[in-house]
Amino acid sequence: MRYLPHSDAERAEMLAVIGATSVDDLFSAVPRAAFRTEPLALPAHAPEFIVEQQMRAMAGRNRAAGDGPFFLGAGAYRHHVPASVDHLIQRSEWLTAYTPYQPEVSQGTLQMLFEFQTQVANLTGMDVANASMYDGSTATAEAVLMARRLTRRDRIVLSSGLHPHYRDVVRTYVGDGPDLVSVPYELAGSLPMTIDDQTAAIVVQTPDFYGSLRNVRELADIAHDAGALLIVVVTEVVSLGLLEAPGALGADIVVAEGQSIGNALNYGGPYVGLMATRKEFIRQMPGRLCGETVDADGNRGFVLTLSTREQHIRREKATSNICTNSGLCALAFSIHMSLLGEAGLRRLARLNHSRAVALHKALSAVPGVEILNKTFFNELTIRLPVAAAPVADTLARQNILAGVPVSRLEPSDPHVADLLVLAATELTTDDDIAALAAGLTEALK
Amino acid sequence: MSMNTQGRPTGTGTGGATGTGSSLLPDEPLLFEVGDTEHSGVDLPEVELDTTHLDGYVRQTPLNIAGLTEPEALRHYVRLSRLNYSIDGGMYPLGSCTMKHNPRLNEKMARLPGFGDIHPLQPLSTVQGALELMESLGAWLMTLTNTAAVCLTPKAGAHGELAGMMAIKAAHEARGEGHRNVVLVPDSAHGTNPATAAFLGYTVTSIPARADGTVDVEAVKAALSPRVAAIMLTNPNTCGLFEPQVIEIAAAVHEAGAYFYCDGANFNAIMGVVRPGDLGIDAMHINLHKTFSTPHGGGGPGAGPVVLSEALAPFAPVPFVQRSGAGYDLVEHPADGHLGRITAFNGQMGMYVRALTYMLSHGGDGLAQAARDAVLNANYIKARLEGAFAVPFPDYPTMHEALFDDSTLEGTGVSTLDFAKAMIDEGYHPMTMYFPLVVHGAMLVEPTESESRQTLDQFCDVMLDLAKDARAGNAPRCTSAPTRAPRRRLDETRAARHPPLNWEPPVELPQAAE
Repeated sequence: MRYLPHSDAERAEMLAVIGATSVDDLFSAVPRAAFRTEPLALPAHAPEFIVEQQMRAMAGRNRAAGDGPFFLGAGAYRHHVPASVDHLIQRSEWLTAYTPYQPEVSQGTLQMLFEFQTQVANLTGMDVANASMYDGSTATAEAVLMARRLTRRDRIVLSSGLHPHYRDVVRTYVGDGPDLVSVPYELAGSLPMTIDDQTAAIVVQTPDFYGSLRNVRELADIAHDAGALLIVVVTEVVSLGLLEAPGALGADIVVAEGQSIGNALNYGGPYVGLMATRKEFIRQMPGRLCGETVDADGNRGFVLTLSTREQHIRREKATSNICTNSGLCALAFSIHMSLLGEAGLRRLARLNHSRAVALHKALSAVPGVEILNKTFFNELTIRLPVAAAPVADTLARQNILAGVPVSRLEPSDPHVADLLVLAATELTTDDDIAALAAGLTEALK
Repeated sequence: MSMNTQGRPTGTGTGGATGTGSSLLPDEPLLFEVGDTEHSGVDLPEVELDTTHLDGYVRQTPLNIAGLTEPEALRHYVRLSRLNYSIDGGMYPLGSCTMKHNPRLNEKMARLPGFGDIHPLQPLSTVQGALELMESLGAWLMTLTNTAAVCLTPKAGAHGELAGMMAIKAAHEARGEGHRNVVLVPDSAHGTNPATAAFLGYTVTSIPARADGTVDVEAVKAALSPRVAAIMLTNPNTCGLFEPQVIEIAAAVHEAGAYFYCDGANFNAIMGVVRPGDLGIDAMHINLHKTFSTPHGGGGPGAGPVVLSEALAPFAPVPFVQRSGAGYDLVEHPADGHLGRITAFNGQMGMYVRALTYMLSHGGDGLAQAARDAVLNANYIKARLEGAFAVPFPDYPTMHEALFDDSTLEGTGVSTLDFAKAMIDEGYHPMTMYFPLVVHGAMLVEPTESESRQTLDQFCDVMLDLAKDARAGNAPRCTSAPTRAPRRRLDETRAARHPPLNWEPPVELPQAAE
């Protein structure tokens, strides 16, 4: 077995040092009824090339995003990741290190996290960011709980247009009940009526699930007037290269899905959750934080800090049970972000928007298609004259992945059955758009 | 400020006048000190901005994101990486963390476009291979644990705990037993256990360990009541011991109408040898980043699938994979009592690929051999060190990790922390220290199955030499350590009191010399 260094002779020698006659003896505390000496009904070990053949066969039964026209977004986006990012994150010293609990031999990871926190704070326009969460959806649920701790209030108002999965995760975390209000899209204007003096936070996503840009400042004022906090959710982090920073619009907590920068689609994970807030809220923020300090010689160094918020110190009094986060995905984010730099991120964001403008133009010309967005960054929602899911399936058979039918996420809402959400990125070509427009035109005939 | 042979400042700009870097391990300035907002390592076309659809939301706030060209970025991140210890670089005996070898085939497979480049909301007809992989991974986990169901989506171990405990809560509510509000947690448990229970609104009752380091079934029985919802028990426990009365504990817990949540962080000791379902567990998370070799990556990503008993299976969160005719279906919306989502999308697919690759490589026989070697290695370390280090719980053979207390250091002026830092100077990552909390000055050593006998011997020789030296009065070797790492001991108190958590530009920017 290629991963196990001992020979049988070495095992025997080691047992002699231990003073045991067989490894079975070392399991003497296991009740005999539960101790197995025979292998389980599972395949036997296999050479590397056999395993590779098996895995490639499974991978081959999936249609990769890059294999043809592709317009899926809705919280996960296909962007180009520079080759150097994936090379760097596979270096042993990044890939095979543990959480940096021993700072003297973890300065690489710690300095990177400090840089990551700075990037996220600057990107969102907030004072401080943590060292990452699992993903955008769980970060949103954690932000809701954080707002409850900060305000000592319970009511949470989810504005219309929050990603349905994010809404569902929040509901699973906090429980369904009168303290969780979800404003439907068609009643967006009624949101102020749902705010009361027991409201802890309003949660708003921008660009929203349907791609539209939301008036964050207005919601911040509504929240703050009621003594509540505003949580801003961003699922397409590239948008921050073009759109105003939530921090400048009055956000108290910003959470985001960072996958777009540095991370592949991976069928939904691993991704990287970003969380940033105001300085005065740090001690209620969940997750690891890296801070600057000095060593015994006075040299600058970095450590995990404020851990009295965390489970390994506070146990049942911790701000969250989170332990492992998304270190390597945060690294990929940070490397890609530093390769882009301010100038590159701005160009990337403008390019994404211009591809979406091209998509908008092409879709406007398809008979029967109605575009719902007045505003957008790189994502649009269209209304079809028929149910959207069968159309998407038809196009998938022609190797065009046309977008996400909203019914996939909201099967019980008949109002959205004819809606399709489509994204364009820098990877969307004119040929892709032409193929989509032609396919849609044909499918709707 | 001194310059190294490459003509680059070695200092870090604050603190001492010179840096600590050697010619091969130079200090590295912060990204924001080497990069600026003009440089970029990504070539992108400049397009004209059409603001028709932006409605006045265009960003006015500066980004202040420093950029690097590709060669600068490579150098920055390669230099930073060299300040890290890693498994590939040396033995990483962190108890309870299972720092085993991370096979590179796993990485290669996770990057196949058919796995890495698929979107979580693609039509199911276009991702049948992904669903097959999830089904297959789930089947391995259920076979290894003898359980009825599995929820793959938790993003890490603590997230798996949350999913499992939510299923327990839902099961109680479904039977009209929602008033049960107490969770029993042994005092040797990981901090995530009480944190998870409290997160769900449970009151935590601590169960003290017996003098032999294991949980007494009588203590559990005494704490059980109609208000108890569950016990959260780690097995093998954090002292490295298999709980000998686990079957009786499970029976007592079930008798009282409660459920048995098993923390599977230490499953590496028993995979293929003991099936937790045979012990009576109802839910157990499995850290794919510990037991099944997916890399820790400096603190994640992890993956924490949770297996469930027949009793809890109806409460598994969505989504999950089902066979459907010749293919696979993904159940995405909760019905009939199933919990809703605990995360957007389908969990850690990238980790599933790595873990299944590892399972197929080892096979059922190899996984059992790996567990047996992990146990052999820990007992070997215990046998070699127990003359010099006190073993607090000598009654049982240890499982995958060897636990020592600090009595050997008594009166030497050397603490467990000092000793751990001295390990750094000897080229090792320290063991886990001061955990579990039930042992004074605990040192928890987990070698895993990946270490050769030669490596184990070298490690033991160093441990023995350091202990001997400390007892001979050479305390400074430990108390001043580390002196050979990229940094000496860091002032963590200062960081916690006045924590700069991000880089701020200096007030006076020095003029760059052209």
